[in-house]
Amino acid sequence: MDALASFVAQLLNGLAGASSLFLVAAGLSLIFGVTRIVNFAHGSFYMVGIYVAYSAVAWIGEGPGYWPALLVAAVAVGIVGALVEILLLRRIYHAPELFQLLATFALVLVIKDAALWLWGPEELLGPRAPGLRGSVAILGRQFPAYDLFLIVVGPLVLGLLWLLLTRTRFGTLVRAATQDREMVGALGVNQAWLFTAVFALGAMLAGLGGALQLPREPATLELDLHTIGAAFVVVVVGGMGSIPGAYVAALLIAELKAICIWLGVVEIAGVAISFSKLTLVVEFVVMAVVLVVRPWGLLGRPQAAPRQGGAIEAPLRAPDSLAKAATAALVLALVALPAISSQSPYVVVLAVDILIAVLFATSLHFIMGPAGMHSFGHAAYFGLGAYGAAILLKATGAPMLAVLAAAPLVAAAGAVVVGWFSVRLSGVYLAMLTLAFAQIAWAIVYQWDAFTGGSNGLTGVWPPEWLADKRAYYALTLALVLAGVFVLRRILHAPFGYAMRAARDSVLRADAIGIDVKRVQWVAFVIAGLFAGLAGALFAFSKGSISPESLHVGKSVDGLVMVLLGGIQTLAGPVVGAALFTWLHDTVARSTEYWRAMLGGIILILVLLFPQGVAGFARQVVYGRRDARSER
Amino acid sequence: MSAGQPLLEVSGLSKSFGGVKAVDGIDFTLAAGELLALIGPNGAGKSTTFNMVNGQLAADTGSIRLGGEEMTGRKPREIWRMGVGRTFQIAATFSSLTVVENVQMALVSADGKLYSMWRRAADYRRSDALDLLDLVGMAGQADRPCSVLAYGDVKRVELAIAMANRPKLLLMDEPTAGMAPRERNELMALTKSLVVERGIAVLFTEHSMDVVFAHADRIIVLARGRLIAEGGPAAIRDHPDVQQVYFGSGKTFEKSAAEKGPS
Repeated sequence: MDALASFVAQLLNGLAGASSLFLVAAGLSLIFGVTRIVNFAHGSFYMVGIYVAYSAVAWIGEGPGYWPALLVAAVAVGIVGALVEILLLRRIYHAPELFQLLATFALVLVIKDAALWLWGPEELLGPRAPGLRGSVAILGRQFPAYDLFLIVVGPLVLGLLWLLLTRTRFGTLVRAATQDREMVGALGVNQAWLFTAVFALGAMLAGLGGALQLPREPATLELDLHTIGAAFVVVVVGGMGSIPGAYVAALLIAELKAICIWLGVVEIAGVAISFSKLTLVVEFVVMAVVLVVRPWGLLGRPQAAPRQGGAIEAPLRAPDSLAKAATAALVLALVALPAISSQSPYVVVLAVDILIAVLFATSLHFIMGPAGMHSFGHAAYFGLGAYGAAILLKATGAPMLAVLAAAPLVAAAGAVVVGWFSVRLSGVYLAMLTLAFAQIAWAIVYQWDAFTGGSNGLTGVWPPEWLADKRAYYALTLALVLAGVFVLRRILHAPFGYAMRAARDSVLRADAIGIDVKRVQWVAFVIAGLFAGLAGALFAFSKGSISPESLHVGKSVDGLVMVLLGGIQTLAGPVVGAALFTWLHDTVARSTEYWRAMLGGIILILVLLFPQGVAGFARQVVYGRRDARSER
Repeated sequence: MSAGQPLLEVSGLSKSFGGVKAVDGIDFTLAAGELLALIGPNGAGKSTTFNMVNGQLAADTGSIRLGGEEMTGRKPREIWRMGVGRTFQIAATFSSLTVVENVQMALVSADGKLYSMWRRAADYRRSDALDLLDLVGMAGQADRPCSVLAYGDVKRVELAIAMANRPKLLLMDEPTAGMAPRERNELMALTKSLVVERGIAVLFTEHSMDVVFAHADRIIVLARGRLIAEGGPAAIRDHPDVQQVYFGSGKTFEKSAAEKGPS
C-alpha cells in the first residue's frame, strides 16, 4: 500500500511539473511554428517570469497580491517578448536560421545579467499561494494542494489555446502561417504584427509558466538554460509547432522522470542501477528515440522545406598571393609570440586557449558549413577527447604523446555512433539529436564518479617535464593546431570536401551521380569528431584537469557562436571567430562583473552589422569588388 | 549487346498509392540511339513510371532491365553506376560549385574517388570536364558559379553532368520545362546529336508537344496508368485514342482550354 501511495504521489508530482514545462514548450512551439525562429531565450522568459512574480508579490502585498502578481508577471514578460521581436528579430527574419539562433542566444546572456543586476545572485523563494497552502491526503499521503492546482492548469491552458487557435481569426492565421508562412504573406496578411503577437503570446506563456512555479522552486540565474533544454526536448518530442504534441511530450517526460525517481536504486541481475540518477538524461533519451523512430515528433508533421534558402555560398578558390602572405605573416607572428611576450606570461596561456578554440571551431565548421550539418552537441567530442586523454593517462600511464594520439580516436569512436543516427536527419532535427547525445554524454560523465570523477572531474592531467613550461606547451599546441587546421582545409579542397558540399547543395543531384550522401556525411561527422577530440586532449593537458563543463551544452554553444561570429561561409571564419570569441570572453570577463551582458551585446551588434560573420565581411571588402568585376 | 536487342526493357510495371493504381502493368522497350518520349495528360502516371525507372520509387510488380540487368530495387546512385544519367524537371546542380566543378564532381564519383582526402579537387580531370562542357556549349562559362547561370544554361550543365560517366541511358524529366522556345529546340537538337553520335538511349517526359513531335523517334502514351498507344510521331498524332485522352472532343488544345475557362 505504501509503495502504491508513493508511486501515485510521484505520478502526481510529475503531472504538476508537466504543467509549467508544457506552458514554456507551447510558447516555444508557437513561436517556432509561425516565425521559424528557434528561440533560445525562451528559458530566459521563464526565468524572468519567476523573478517578476516574486517582486510583484512583494510589491502588491503578500496574500491577496499573489494571484494578480502571476498576471503581472505573464503580461510583463509578454511585453518584453514583444519588444524583443520588434527591436531585434524583425531585422533578422531573412538571415539564415543559425543567425537567428545566435541572436537569441545573445539575448540569453543579456537577460541573465539584467536579472543579476536587478535581483542579485541569491536564490529567491516566493511565498506560498493563499488558499492553497495546505495539503490534501491522497492514499494516506500528504500532497500539496498547490500541486493539484498546477495539474489542472496544464489542460486548462491547452484548452484555452485550442479555442484560440481554432475559434478565432487570429488562431486561423497562426495555423495558416505554421503550415505555410510564405503563402500567408502572399495573401496579404500583415506578417509583422502577426509575428509580434505570436512572439508576445509565446513569451507570456513562458512567463506564466515561470510565475506559477514561484512557490515550488526558487528563482535562480541557472533556470534559463536549464529550462530551455527541457523545453526544446518537449517541443521536438511533441512535434515542432504542435501544441497538443507539446502537452503529450511534457506529460510523457515528466512522468518518466517521476517513475525513475520512484524506482530509485533497483538491482537487476545483481547489478545495482540507480534510476534516480537517470532523471538527468531521461528526456534526452526519449528525444533521441523519438527522433530516430519518428523524426518529426509524436504529433508533428514533416516540415515543408523553406522556399528561401540561405545565401548561396561562393565557390572555393585556391588562396591567392594576398591570402597566402597573410597566412604566412600570421604563422610567423604565432611562432614568435612567446619571444615577443616574454614580459607578460599570461599572453601565452591565453594563446593556448585561443589555439585550442580555433581547432575546436574549425572542426565544427567542417560539418556545419561545407557539410551543412548543424551540430548542437559538438562539445561531446571535445569532452570525449579530453576525458579520453585524462583517463588513458591515469589508467595506463602511457607517455603523453601516445595519449595525445589515442584520445582523438576515442572522440572519433563516439562520433561513429552518434553520426550513424544523426545523418538520418537534417536541419533542426539533426541539431536536436546531436544535442541529445551530447547531453547524454554529459550526464554520464557527471554522474559516473568512479570512472570520470563525477562533477569534480579529474585532476593531475599534467604533461611531462619537458612540456611543463607554458611556452613549450604553447609550441606543441601551435604545431598540432596548425597541422589540424591545415589537414581539415586540405580535405575541404579535396574531392571529399567537394562531395560534402555537393551533398549539402542538392541531395537529389548528388544521389543521381552516385554520391552516397549519408555515408559522406557520416565520414565528415567522424572527421570533425576526431579533430574536436584532439582539441579536447590538448585542453586537458593545458589545464592539468578536466571537468564535465568541457562537454556541457554551453561549450557546444560557444563553438556555434565562434563559427557564426567568424562567418560560416568562409574557411577563415572559424579561425577568426574562435580567436575573437576567446579573446573577448577573456577580456570582458576580467573587466566587468557583467561580462555576459557585454558579450551578448557584442554578439548582437555583430549579428546586426555583419550578417556574413567577421571573416565573411572582411572577405567581401577585400574581394567583393574583384568578384563584381570578373562577373561583368 | 547484339543489334536489335533493346537496351531498356520494361515489363509488367505497376505501382499503387493507397489503392489507386498510378501505373498499371505497362510494357515498353527502348533501343540504343533512340529518343523515346513518354507523354500523357496530368495524372496519367508519367512521373510515377519515370521515378520507378530512375530508382526514386520502388515498383510494386514488374521488371526494368538495362542491357539484361535488373534495375528494380536499386537505389538511384546504384542505377547511375549501371550507366544511367539523369536530368531533372527543375534543374538540380551544385550551386556552391563552379560549372566545371559540377562536371568534375560527376567524374570524381565515376572514378570512385569520392573519399580522396588529399589531392586537389579543382585539378581533377579538368580538361575532361571542359570537353564535356564543350559538348553542350558551356565551356566558355566553366569558371562561373553555377548559381549565377541563366536557367537554360543550367539545363545544359545538367546534361554535361549526366554525360560524365558515359551513360548508356539518359533519363530526362521535362528537359525543356521553363525554357524559351528557341532554347528548347537547341537543347533537344543537342540531345539528339549526342544520342546518335554515342549510341545513347533517351527516355524523356515532356509537356511541350512541339518538342515531342519534332524530336522524338518514338512516343508512348499513358492514360490512367495504362499504356494506350505507341508509335512514331505521325502515328501518335493521328491515333484516335490519343486524341481522345488529350483533347476529348478532338478540338485544338488551346480552344478547349479557353472554353473551359479558369477553373
